[in-house]
Amino acid sequence: MKLKVNNIEFAYNSIPVLENISMELNSAEVLGIVGPNGTGKSTLIRCIDRILNPERGSILLDDHNISKMTRMEIARKLGYVPQSIAGVFPASVIDTVLMGRRPYLGWKSSKEDLDYVLEVLELLGMMDFAMRDINEISGGQQQKVLIARALAQKADILLLDEPTSNLDIRHQLEVMEIMKGIVKNKGISAIMALHDLNLASRYADRMIMMKEGKIFAAGNPASVLTVENIKQVYGVQALVKNDVERPYIVPIGPVTG
Amino acid sequence: METKQHTLTKEEVKIQYNKFIGRKILLIFFLLASIILVSGISASLGSANLSIWETYSSILNRLFPAYFEPGWLADVCIWNLRLPRISMGIVAGFGLGVAGCVMQALLKNPLASPYTLGISSGAGFGASLAILTGAGIIGGDYLVIGNAFIFALLCSFIILGLSNRKGATPETMILAGIAMMYLFAAMTTILQYFGEAEAVKEAVFWTVGDLDRASWPRVTIITGALVCCFPLLMFKSLDLNLMAAGDETAASLGVNVKRTRIILMAVTTLLVACIVCFTGTIGFIGLVAPHLTRIVIGGDNRFVLPVSGLFGTLLLISADLVARRVLAPIILPVGAITVFMGAPLFLYMIMKRKREYW
Repeated sequence: MKLKVNNIEFAYNSIPVLENISMELNSAEVLGIVGPNGTGKSTLIRCIDRILNPERGSILLDDHNISKMTRMEIARKLGYVPQSIAGVFPASVIDTVLMGRRPYLGWKSSKEDLDYVLEVLELLGMMDFAMRDINEISGGQQQKVLIARALAQKADILLLDEPTSNLDIRHQLEVMEIMKGIVKNKGISAIMALHDLNLASRYADRMIMMKEGKIFAAGNPASVLTVENIKQVYGVQALVKNDVERPYIVPIGPVTG
Repeated sequence: METKQHTLTKEEVKIQYNKFIGRKILLIFFLLASIILVSGISASLGSANLSIWETYSSILNRLFPAYFEPGWLADVCIWNLRLPRISMGIVAGFGLGVAGCVMQALLKNPLASPYTLGISSGAGFGASLAILTGAGIIGGDYLVIGNAFIFALLCSFIILGLSNRKGATPETMILAGIAMMYLFAAMTTILQYFGEAEAVKEAVFWTVGDLDRASWPRVTIITGALVCCFPLLMFKSLDLNLMAAGDETAASLGVNVKRTRIILMAVTTLLVACIVCFTGTIGFIGLVAPHLTRIVIGGDNRFVLPVSGLFGTLLLISADLVARRVLAPIILPVGAITVFMGAPLFLYMIMKRKREYW
């Protein structure tokens, strides 16, 4: 088991956001986290990466409590992929990916760092964009750059916060296929917060469905994505088609009354 | 766009990347050469006109004696009168350029400058207090300077302390900075309201900023501050890149964001306070130099930091050259001339640039 979350709780200004969250992550699996806006998906991901510190509970990374690890130690194991690029200043793609080497290098980036970054960019088919500025490339390419940075980090576990929310369907599929390939070929695990239930159903090995800061359901996609769960958690009447490989959800409308 | 005939190979990208770095290093040498040239021209001009050759030989004579034979007049003019002023311009411009770059990266705000944390209004109040009431913490020659320095630090450290309690986010720092700026400006206004006309004039001119008060000991103090602060800032320049990309990103890559922000702010504040207390608030350089730099070489702070400093130097000593010569023998305040020269250049660069981000 790669990662174990035990009963963590977190509150913003004493309003509880996460309550009693426990979960596990195995090696080489994709864990999807779904739930309505404001249920604490992003907060959970940030707690796991210790960007936020949970008030109670513990998170074990390869059996080490992360609250006892240094930032650098965590950075070598966990790669965080934010929703979008937040910088206001120019930065080239290659320099952005080189940032992923920060947990390993000193002030100057070595030849090996550059070689490794180029390898990652090649893997993601981003070579032609290497010298471009990240603000000049499309949202889909930006997302790939952020994934590339987490890979340059040589992390065992990638944490993705709604990686597909700003992308068109082609780029959504591309990003998810890339992640699937990485998980399969490199033995890396991934935790992804996702909005699109069908993407989650298709690409997640296991899923967690959250409601109001708590885990409402967990298990494989077929057991989590049921008509009843979707109604309870999202307040949406939906059809769930189970005649394909993974469940397919067709939303019908909000439940009234 | 996705289906291109030819995809770049690793080697090709590597060559491009190294060329890109080579261009940045070339720019550093170009700026250094320009600074030496402008300094030389500036040192040769004045009420006693000297040739460029006399000027350089007089400068080099003190560094490598026995090779050059400058005249006695040149030696006095340059070493006692002109070089202190030019050197002050070099170190102050460099410090302000670097500080502006650090502030903008730390606060993720293209409008940030060395004075965002209220240093200018703190220093202005301290100086006014000394000039108008004679009250000060250090007496004697250093009354005004000491006051400016201490109140500049006081103002900034109150802001740092307050925002530290609120998680040290850029937003809190900027807003607290604005509040403190108004507070100190209001206190200065009250002081000036009750002041004598002549003293008020002096206090107002103090804040404009110039290099008239240059001397070798003062240049040495600023140089000392630079020698202490600049290497540390350079050492942290990669972390500045990460923090400019977002606090969460920086944290997830191993940076202790809050601590780094507070420490770098404190170091930068110290550097700026050291400069401001001798020169007054020379504005604009700290705002503009980092932007000019990024327009030319992109956003990697490992290069933006030194280049922004060199741009700051070049801008300040050029402005000083103009300030001294354009209405000679009247010397205009260099703080104002910097803006006259920098603003058109900046506007031109803004209009010319293609991209829409900073």
